[in-house]
Amino acid sequence: MTDLLIKNGRVIDPANGVDGQFDLLIEKGKISAVKKKISDGSRKIIDAKGKWVAPGLIDIHTHFREPGYEYKETIETGARSAAVGGFTSVACMANTNPVNDCGSVTEFILDKAKSALVNVHPIGAVTRGLKGEALADIGEMAQLGVAALSDDGKCIMNGSVLRAAMQYASMFGLTIMEHADDSAISQNGSLNEGEVSSDLGLTGAPAIAEDVITARDISIAEYCKAPIHLCHVSTAGCVQLIRHAKDRGVKVTAEAAPHHFSITEDACRGYNTNAKMAPPLRTDSDVTAIIEGLSDGAIDCIASDHAPHSLFEKEVEFDNAAFGIVGLETSLGLSMALVHGGHMTPAKLIEAMSYKPAGIIGIDRGTLKPGAVADVTIIDPGLEWTVDPSKFKSKGRNTPFAGRELKGKAVYTIVKGKVVSKC
Amino acid sequence: MTDLSSSDIGQIIETAKVMKAISERDVKKTPTLRGRTVINFFTEPSTRTRTSFEIAGKRLSADVINISAAGSSLSKGESLKDMVYNLDAMKPDMLVVRSGFAGVPSMMTEWIECPVVNAGDGRHEHPSQCLLDLMTIQEKKERLEGLKVSIIGDILNSRVAKSNMIAMRKVGMSVTACGPATLLPVNIEKIADKVTSSLDEAVDGADVIMALRVQTERLERIGFPNVREYSKLFGLGLERMKKAKKEALVLHPGPINQGVEISPEVAEGPWSVILDQVTNGVAVRMAILYLLLGGGLQIND
Repeated sequence: MTDLLIKNGRVIDPANGVDGQFDLLIEKGKISAVKKKISDGSRKIIDAKGKWVAPGLIDIHTHFREPGYEYKETIETGARSAAVGGFTSVACMANTNPVNDCGSVTEFILDKAKSALVNVHPIGAVTRGLKGEALADIGEMAQLGVAALSDDGKCIMNGSVLRAAMQYASMFGLTIMEHADDSAISQNGSLNEGEVSSDLGLTGAPAIAEDVITARDISIAEYCKAPIHLCHVSTAGCVQLIRHAKDRGVKVTAEAAPHHFSITEDACRGYNTNAKMAPPLRTDSDVTAIIEGLSDGAIDCIASDHAPHSLFEKEVEFDNAAFGIVGLETSLGLSMALVHGGHMTPAKLIEAMSYKPAGIIGIDRGTLKPGAVADVTIIDPGLEWTVDPSKFKSKGRNTPFAGRELKGKAVYTIVKGKVVSKC
Repeated sequence: MTDLSSSDIGQIIETAKVMKAISERDVKKTPTLRGRTVINFFTEPSTRTRTSFEIAGKRLSADVINISAAGSSLSKGESLKDMVYNLDAMKPDMLVVRSGFAGVPSMMTEWIECPVVNAGDGRHEHPSQCLLDLMTIQEKKERLEGLKVSIIGDILNSRVAKSNMIAMRKVGMSVTACGPATLLPVNIEKIADKVTSSLDEAVDGADVIMALRVQTERLERIGFPNVREYSKLFGLGLERMKKAKKEALVLHPGPINQGVEISPEVAEGPWSVILDQVTNGVAVRMAILYLLLGGGLQIND
């Protein structure tokens, strides 16, 4: 394996409190030194002048659709999409077919993951078949190495099942990632309940559907002294609940998806099915609250909820269109707007996209400490580019951001010392 | 109705008045749209609207074809987009579309060039119904501006109410929305001038009272406890009408649940213009076809 010297970059490594101009040396797939000046020797050199050298980015919420829906995405194409987006590790949700609720499915995913461009960590289901009733084979999946547990796509509606799952999962040090949505309230609403849903004559899912489950989950976690992670937080109410829970020491973590802090329910106008996702795009005040949550740490990390679908699942009536958008290739660019807009420092953003998510799923990444595995992302913070879905490496083209101009992009993605993507 | 201006509405109503005369002749037909093909593509059950569009097309000599969901390939698993492309490939001059899903007509206009007329889409809009309501009111009251209208019932799920609230305020009418709090949209304060859950208040002083159909099978238990209570609180009966102006008009988009949202005495009483609405429906739809297909001036022949 060739050694790699990344010179003259701004090394941003929040895990170790590093932010400044350093050279970074990678030897045998590991970080071997971060110093002011490292001599070239006969190494392969990347000049990172004007760029950020960050721990490899981590996205703990993706849907790679394999097994079962390979026409939407495979582990191979999903991982390639991740690499282009600057991600070196991703966790993929359990709502495949069959559901990842037992060891054999976990093994299948891990086997496919071996040849993927980036590190792919399966997330196991909380309940068998995502039905919210009986517990999935949590112990078996834990031993094989699932990163976390989630019924994502569905909320665990029975609080007693959630409580049992939290207690059981705690034996294996696994965190439950909740898709907070009281389905009795949201009634499969296809966008936020409000002015836009009313104008369009569509059933909306009100913010309270997410808020009440968030409040319930926090109470259960507090009582069980177990961790809970709240996926794709989209409402101002949830940010508030999470902030207060953290203040009193509840083991709650949360993620926000770039679309929830970049656009609002207005994107659904004209029946744009590429703006349909769960939870739905909300209002301006929710967007503001999420940005505040990210900047004050109420929300720990950014995760894309990468949800590829085929064209025919989106070119239908809004009510019948599939929920979700692809996100891996736009996540960093959209998130960089928080830095350019002065809402987050570069270090804070990198932390929310590497070190923090690594901690939530318990993987030893997100750091540039000498000795660590050399997962590194080099970011050009000033690179301006336009989102063109036809160029996505993902199989999915479903994004509301087509044509959007973004500033900031991963220019090198390095996994275990090897460049897996560059632009 | 979001896209139509007040003067567009006026033009359609004026044209419809001319069209209405055709329906009053012995020979109810003009050659205006001879050689034009209109497809009524209805993927939701409808008797009144479909028949009305069909008659409108035929009175203008267009070739009218009806396709309903049960007999179409939608039931054979063909996607909507494919179905629409196939219809378009047969070169119709116009598609008249009814769908149970909001937004279908507007999505279709993005897929194909052929003009699309919305004949009611989910809980979104029902423009031709709205226009025939306005035409009926205009005929009877000889004006629209300044009139007070009360719309009563399930406003949340009614595309008729939605279209009317948008259009009526555009032409200068003031709209009171009245219904159970469970059946009002979240932004009702923004789309109506006044909101009340008291039927007496809504009826008092109104120039126009529009009762909406209540889908009892869907709404009982959660929208309201039972039909009896609904008709007690929101049913338009003779007693209520005593509080209304003598010259008030009563409209209903049909079909009527007799004795639920309106009593037979009121539906057939002196205030009622419900059958005028149906007659004007044909005229308004003739006007829509005529204006969109640009039939020329031979209309008065």
